Amino acid sequence: MKTLLPWALLASLALMPVCVNEYYVNLASQILIAVVLASSLNLLVGYGGLTSLGHAAYLGVSAYAVVLLTVRLGLGHVAAITLSLLLTTLVGAVFGWIALRASGLRFLMLTLALSQVLWGLGYRLTSVTNGDNGLSGLTRPKVLGVDFEESNAFFWLTLVVTMLVLVVVARVVHSPFGAALRGTKDQPRRMGSLGYDVWAIRWSSFVLASVLAGVAGLMYAYFHKYVHPSVMSITASAEILLSVIAGGAGSIAGPVVGAALVMLLKNYVSGYVERWNALLGVVFVFIVLVMPEGIVPGVRRRWLAWRQGRRTPPSETQPLRRLQKEKQA
Amino acid sequence: MQFWLTQTLNSLTLGALLLLLSSGFALIFGLMRIANLAHGALFMTGAYVAASAMRANLGFMTAVVLAIVVTAAAGALIERLILRALKSNGQAQVLATLGLSFIAGDVCLMIWGGDPIPVSPPAWLQSPINMLGFSFPSYRIAVLFFAVVVAIALFLVIERTTLGARIRAGVDDMPMARAVGIRASRLFTGVFALGALLAGLGGAMGGPMLSAYPGLDGDMLPLALIVVILGGVGSLAGTYLASFLIGFVYTFGNALVPDLAYVVLFLPMILVLAFRPQGLMGAQA
Repeated sequence: MKTLLPWALLASLALMPVCVNEYYVNLASQILIAVVLASSLNLLVGYGGLTSLGHAAYLGVSAYAVVLLTVRLGLGHVAAITLSLLLTTLVGAVFGWIALRASGLRFLMLTLALSQVLWGLGYRLTSVTNGDNGLSGLTRPKVLGVDFEESNAFFWLTLVVTMLVLVVVARVVHSPFGAALRGTKDQPRRMGSLGYDVWAIRWSSFVLASVLAGVAGLMYAYFHKYVHPSVMSITASAEILLSVIAGGAGSIAGPVVGAALVMLLKNYVSGYVERWNALLGVVFVFIVLVMPEGIVPGVRRRWLAWRQGRRTPPSETQPLRRLQKEKQA
Repeated sequence: MQFWLTQTLNSLTLGALLLLLSSGFALIFGLMRIANLAHGALFMTGAYVAASAMRANLGFMTAVVLAIVVTAAAGALIERLILRALKSNGQAQVLATLGLSFIAGDVCLMIWGGDPIPVSPPAWLQSPINMLGFSFPSYRIAVLFFAVVVAIALFLVIERTTLGARIRAGVDDMPMARAVGIRASRLFTGVFALGALLAGLGGAMGGPMLSAYPGLDGDMLPLALIVVILGGVGSLAGTYLASFLIGFVYTFGNALVPDLAYVVLFLPMILVLAFRPQGLMGAQA
């Protein structure tokens, strides 16, 4: 019952179009797309301990692919979507193979560098990607009499896809594979001696995360009907990582909350402040220094502590406190 | 012929800039194990500070000195105020420095605006050198020599002096280094500031070639990452070798296949990682 509550809450979002106007419905669609993207990265960051700073690349690949395939080559939506996801899988497989040659911080740098390759192609390979002008011309299909050009219909579709992705992530995480993945995060050497193929586990989850990011890319492309190289920039990848870490990596709810917060912040504050990047930077530094474990685990810990009527116990993952303790010792 | 010579010289001078940028990054990332994603921002800050000092007619030398003082101070502050609090957490350091680089990027945009600021080389290095019927820009040659001298000096300091030995000891085993009387904390701030200074120096020297523009940080950071990973994390000599290698690959890639320059840039790194994951001159992990 307890675990069903968040899902019911999420499902109740379906009533949104009844309560609020189109602007908020579209904003909600964008948030859900960000949720899918953040949840896919969470597989790597939260469960695999693999901090990737190039995750926007996979959104970019599938978004560019679906626009190019439908607009330039005139393929149907089903074929274009299938091929785009296949291409994203392929790119994820190759990039994962390269990036997982290294581990830790070098892994992070490699994912960053690889995403810069695609970003560079987006800008420079103008004959294909149309460079800085971006690509437009994608139209949303009409399926069984439902016109997805309509904001409400698209929102419901996005909600269904988002819930499906979350179910997939939750199933994977709670499966034996998920347990093995967490094992490779905490004790890679022991997992190795137990006969698990650590590299294969990491690589499979990398590919799965890229595919799910590809799903977000498809929704992104169909939502905006336009794609620009900046979707693959470092800033974009950093936003996703911030969503995961701010919300709380390693829980299903964390990235959902984080992505929603980052998107809301971006939408509302950028209306008043011109400098979204600087604000993003300030949030980054703040989160890292003040709430390094993320909002969801942080709040949950405080809530549990409050229920037990005790003072907040120090967290294991709070480097500041640990450092202070070491100093006192 | 002139094309190949010019491109070769351009490759060497880009390599020289990368030498300054990446040796700083090698100190911070390779030696201290801090993934400082604000390194590109420090390079850009150096370029901008030098550019405005030049605009104010302070002279090239003063401009360069000003740029390295500012970036070194910024580096020391970042290390003391932020990274020190995150000592045990590599991922947090990445996020914090990334956040700082975003802030720095916007602050630069706010102060200096969105238009590139061209920087002219000092008057005594403006006339080209004529040799064997070809002409070479003298500023680029001067930068090349200067960067090589700096790199050799840095190598000697780290590998051959007591100060270098102290730094290496502090990195390898901090409690032990402290036990034998090395002031590791102060030393680390110093090394980080030195790394930041080298980035700022690269930016200031690179101004006349690249000019100062918004987005310079994002252009330089991946180059520093590639160079250090290609050369082998922790190996200064490897970083030097990779700087020139990437200088050539990037310059010729841009000249011959401009559309695919970015892909070409990453090819050597991918090849090296495929066959030698520890980098060209990195120690076996």
